[in-house]
Amino acid sequence: MSARGRSGRGGVLSSVLGKQPIGTAFVTPYVVFLAVIFAYPLGFAVYMSFHDYFFTAPGAIVERPWVGFANYAAVLSDPAVRRSFVNVGIFLLINVPLTVVLSLVLAYALNAAIRWRTFFRVSYYVPYVAASVAVVGVWLFLFNSDGLVNRLLGPLAPDPSWLVNSALAMPTVAFYVTWKQLGFFILLYLAALQNVSKDLYEAASMDGAGRLKSFWNVTVPGVRPATTLVVLLATVTGANLFTEPYLLTGGGGPDGASASPVLIMYQKGIEQGNPDIGSAIGVLLVIGVLLLALAERRFVGREDR
Amino acid sequence: MKQSPSRKSPWRFLTLLVGAFVFLFPFYYMLIGSLQAEPDPSVKGAFPSPGNLTGKNYTEINAAIDLGRSLLNSGIFTGGVILGTLVFGVLTGYALARLQFRGRGAVFNLMLLVQVVPFQLLTIPLYVLIVRSYGLADSYLGMIAPFAINSTAVFVFRQYFLQLPQELFDAARIDGAGELNILWRVAIPLVKPALLTGVLLTFIGPWNEFLWPFLITKQQDLQPLAVSLSNYLTTVSARAANPFGAVLAGACVLAAPAIGMFIVFQRRFISSSLESGVKG
Repeated sequence: MSARGRSGRGGVLSSVLGKQPIGTAFVTPYVVFLAVIFAYPLGFAVYMSFHDYFFTAPGAIVERPWVGFANYAAVLSDPAVRRSFVNVGIFLLINVPLTVVLSLVLAYALNAAIRWRTFFRVSYYVPYVAASVAVVGVWLFLFNSDGLVNRLLGPLAPDPSWLVNSALAMPTVAFYVTWKQLGFFILLYLAALQNVSKDLYEAASMDGAGRLKSFWNVTVPGVRPATTLVVLLATVTGANLFTEPYLLTGGGGPDGASASPVLIMYQKGIEQGNPDIGSAIGVLLVIGVLLLALAERRFVGREDR
Repeated sequence: MKQSPSRKSPWRFLTLLVGAFVFLFPFYYMLIGSLQAEPDPSVKGAFPSPGNLTGKNYTEINAAIDLGRSLLNSGIFTGGVILGTLVFGVLTGYALARLQFRGRGAVFNLMLLVQVVPFQLLTIPLYVLIVRSYGLADSYLGMIAPFAINSTAVFVFRQYFLQLPQELFDAARIDGAGELNILWRVAIPLVKPALLTGVLLTFIGPWNEFLWPFLITKQQDLQPLAVSLSNYLTTVSARAANPFGAVLAGACVLAAPAIGMFIVFQRRFISSSLESGVKG
């Protein structure tokens, strides 16, 4: 009763503030957090990218002149930056299709009533849970020129070896990340497979479709929304690449062949003290990811409409 | 169970088995490598030989980077993030699920939007602001601030609060209970399992995070384990007697808490990933 009475009295007020205005107080810390940690820095990055911004002693008041697109011009004409964008392109070309195919196939196999299901799920997810810094150590051990992988390959081992080979360094990083993240995407597909109707499989087998055919005609279209999500998330992960080239290939070597845009952004922005250049790289990267995400959505999600 | 296509198929099991080997072998090798006195990259080295086993690598890495201190830093960093997410994330999740107030839709959309902003892209401006303007370099606060409330966890909390029956809240409100009281006495006790899920979900991020603490901690005694281990990997390891052994020992110490937590709570981990994936 009292609840109704209160809302009746505050009719005008509640139409402005809502029935429980205390909700505003509950979300205020979160909104402040988003403003301080996301919105303001995002705007600040754009500001820096159009000005001559440099580090100064705290409190020093200096001129930060507007330079228009000068930072962007510097970035776009820098071969190291261009190389890093090409590198991330190579990364995505390997990582994204491989992630989609492997996680879908493994999730499909895992979806059946099969022995040791929990064991498999746990083992696929473990790399995702472990710190990249920790796992990079063992990959270095496995893939260095004298490592176990080359010992097994014998005369087939590449020369120069994986991580110091300018043609293989970026693919090796891409394989590493694919392996590391796959567990998460397997789970995404597992969830999506629950929603594919069993009747469709029955109908397909009535029509005489074999296992492969029903996988292609029923499963693949059935999980298309999940595929869109997997492609998008894998792209965003790829754009954020830093730890792996930094540690696996000793800072993006050999000769920048595995440097990622975030790695270059760190080197130029913080190590070399040009945050304006670093911000311009960041803005270009965001724009690139957005365009790519839109293109992928059109391409992968085309049968949604 | 009726599984229409392929009920008995050895290839499925074999595929999964090969996959599991590829996924688990590096971890097995990490452990073996951390216990070897002499690094043995040959195939035989993948099997432990009692003569070559030692705990020396662990004492070596401990002497180089002070494991206890690094683990404490990782713990404070992770703990701070979890605390912030629990306190403010639960308040936000509850308000978004159960309270009618102005701006609710906007906050909800903001929360979804933030999850697609790649954090690394904010690195430079956050570095300038937090290190240069606010002088929070080499401090726990500076380390924690960018992660203080995990938006994915907020989303998960909201989903759980949303599932509670409305009558419960109506009844409590009729009794004249305040919203904070309702949240504390009615809602939270009913979603305790969800809070654990939120803690687990939040735990892996800061525990494994590398780039941000790497940027803002220069003082070794404030660095989390991931940062001090990577510094060891890039600088000191070239001069050590058995560098890989020491690195792998450190790697085991860094990986063990997250993997241990995951194995103990694997059901919750997996269901929370499923949910956040499907609905997010």
